[in-house]
Amino acid sequence: MSQLPSRKFTVPNAGLLCLSAITVSLVACSPKDSSVKIGHVAPLTGSIAHLGKDNEAGAKLAIADLNKAGVKIGGSPVTFTLLSEDDSADPKQGTAAAQKLVDAKVAGVIGHLNSGTTIPASKLYSDAGIPQISPSATNPKYTLQGYKTAFRVVANDAQLGGTLGRYAVQELKGKNIAVIDDRTAYGQGVADEFVKGVESAGGKVIDRQFTTDKATDFMSILTAIRGKKPDIVFYGGMDAVAGPMLRQMDQLKITAKFMGGDGICTSELPTLAGKATGNNKIFCAEAGGVVGAYEKKLADFRDRFQKETGAEVKLYAPYVYDATMVMVEAMKKANSTDPKKYLPELAKIQYDGVTGPIAFDANGDIKGGTLTLYTFRNGKRESLSVIQ
Amino acid sequence: MDTLVQQTVNGLVLGSVYALVALGYTMVYGILQLINFAHGEVLMIGAMIALTVLQMLALYVPGIPLVIQLLIATLVAIPACMLLSAVIERIAYRPLRNSPRLAPLITAIGLSIILQTLAMMIWSPNPRVFPDLLPTTPLEFAGALLAPKQLLILVVAGLAMLGLLLLVHRTRLGRAMRAVSENPKIASLMGVNPDHIITATFILGAGLAAIAGVLVAMNYNIVHFTMGFLLGLKAFTAAVLGGIGNLAGAVVGGLLLGIIESLGAGYVGDLTGGFLGSHYQDIFAFAVLILVLVFRPSGLLGERIADRA
Repeated sequence: MSQLPSRKFTVPNAGLLCLSAITVSLVACSPKDSSVKIGHVAPLTGSIAHLGKDNEAGAKLAIADLNKAGVKIGGSPVTFTLLSEDDSADPKQGTAAAQKLVDAKVAGVIGHLNSGTTIPASKLYSDAGIPQISPSATNPKYTLQGYKTAFRVVANDAQLGGTLGRYAVQELKGKNIAVIDDRTAYGQGVADEFVKGVESAGGKVIDRQFTTDKATDFMSILTAIRGKKPDIVFYGGMDAVAGPMLRQMDQLKITAKFMGGDGICTSELPTLAGKATGNNKIFCAEAGGVVGAYEKKLADFRDRFQKETGAEVKLYAPYVYDATMVMVEAMKKANSTDPKKYLPELAKIQYDGVTGPIAFDANGDIKGGTLTLYTFRNGKRESLSVIQ
Repeated sequence: MDTLVQQTVNGLVLGSVYALVALGYTMVYGILQLINFAHGEVLMIGAMIALTVLQMLALYVPGIPLVIQLLIATLVAIPACMLLSAVIERIAYRPLRNSPRLAPLITAIGLSIILQTLAMMIWSPNPRVFPDLLPTTPLEFAGALLAPKQLLILVVAGLAMLGLLLLVHRTRLGRAMRAVSENPKIASLMGVNPDHIITATFILGAGLAAIAGVLVAMNYNIVHFTMGFLLGLKAFTAAVLGGIGNLAGAVVGGLLLGIIESLGAGYVGDLTGGFLGSHYQDIFAFAVLILVLVFRPSGLLGERIADRA
């Protein structure tokens, strides 16, 4: 990325310039080409800056690929420029970055990385009519606000809960399933969707108990659950509560399998739960993952990403890449880069990305988003399968 | 049936912890009419210190039997908490001894926040794992499962209460404490130094808090800088339920609160047909508290402390 001020670029080779200098403003590119600005927001500073940079690299690669291939929209060639903003994973900075992109009149936005920044920013994009595709925000609320401009290319927490629920019945053969949640927005949401998933697969939830995200004593709710002889216990909440809960299940000789969302799917869990972690006893899931022919496609993408950017894919870069490609695909279909014109196309897009087929439902959530299922063996998290 | 027995046992264990902490509240209140809100934080710091000692033992002198490690950790945590509590009393409560009763209450709340923040800075804001120091295989009593660590909680809470009752009613220090509680001015005319007695009370309470801290940490295998807050609040409720200022009342209140909570959490869902979930467990505890206070304003075993206010 060039750090030079845009004014210095007076050389006529505009295509190359736009490709390399992503922060360069529209003026720097040859005015004869129609240039389209695409915004990208992720935390480029702060504690998860490494993930933000990964996202940014994914977006840059997509823009470079598009410009290399030469996209024609409305009959004339188009070059894309990326306006990359930093939100430090902070909601306040997130809205500031969003405002900046709105003022710069970008044609669309890829981002943000976190749900906490994506949700408040989505209002600004919606008000300005600018389509937004988040590659990684999983909070269901993001697409439930009624904004036509909000999309995401990963499964949300609700899909995660529902998928886990069906998995519990179909794969783990759960007959008597008990559900506990911590009454937080996340825990309650995941647990509710899990229950729906169980019921849609013909399973039975025999008991529903509640705790808080600060509690440490679960003996009485676990005793109540034990009386109903569950074979699976689902917990909607975080690992810090799940750890002691697992230990107390052992203490009460509850041998049921234990399931949960990405909140418990951490490397910390075996430490917190100790011996109670067991082998093949805990099942949890995280958004993302590919199957079948897409495995090769994604592996190839990872290799190419490494070659072109000099860094490995850390987490969401392929999703950012796909999000960018999907947005441009919609522009091609609509034959326009005007947000008003290509937004309806984006809503009904069918695109084959490196992370799988991409299509959106009425809310803007990805249809059939994938999840990766994990279990714990010998104190280590191991991936089991990718499910849809 | 098994479930009912198990829930009662769960309640007894929980209640014993409440009772142990409630003793600390009620002792200080009995003498100073001060609600020492920092008591829960002293407990938390006791647990944190015990964990640090255990980690140092594992690092520098590995191979000590686990039970001995537990003893060493507790024996370090007790004097550390006593010192902390004596310092708290000296700098935060004593200068306000003769000010309106709200003032020391506010410093107590302030101290509680300061101690939590300090603990967060020293021991990190993440929950930390407290190791298992006793065998984890649960014992079986009349269809209920009881882990050895829970049995230890029952025994220690019982012994602590007994020891405290003996101390208050059978020793010179106890007599002085009762005298200061009745009237500090007259007590000082009789040759009792109220300041010394009050410090001694704080130190005793801190010792109990340290023991409770280690037991709680061991029971739940987790320590966190906020662990003392909710526990302190519940224990305070137990003390009020039993009659604040009364030692036996603290124990009765603690056990009662534990059992009500446990049975409440276990059965509220089924009893109300799913209308109220187990997160409403506190409704029962506090409904009982309100009823008791309506009919017996000074608590179940409370004396008429209202005269002194």
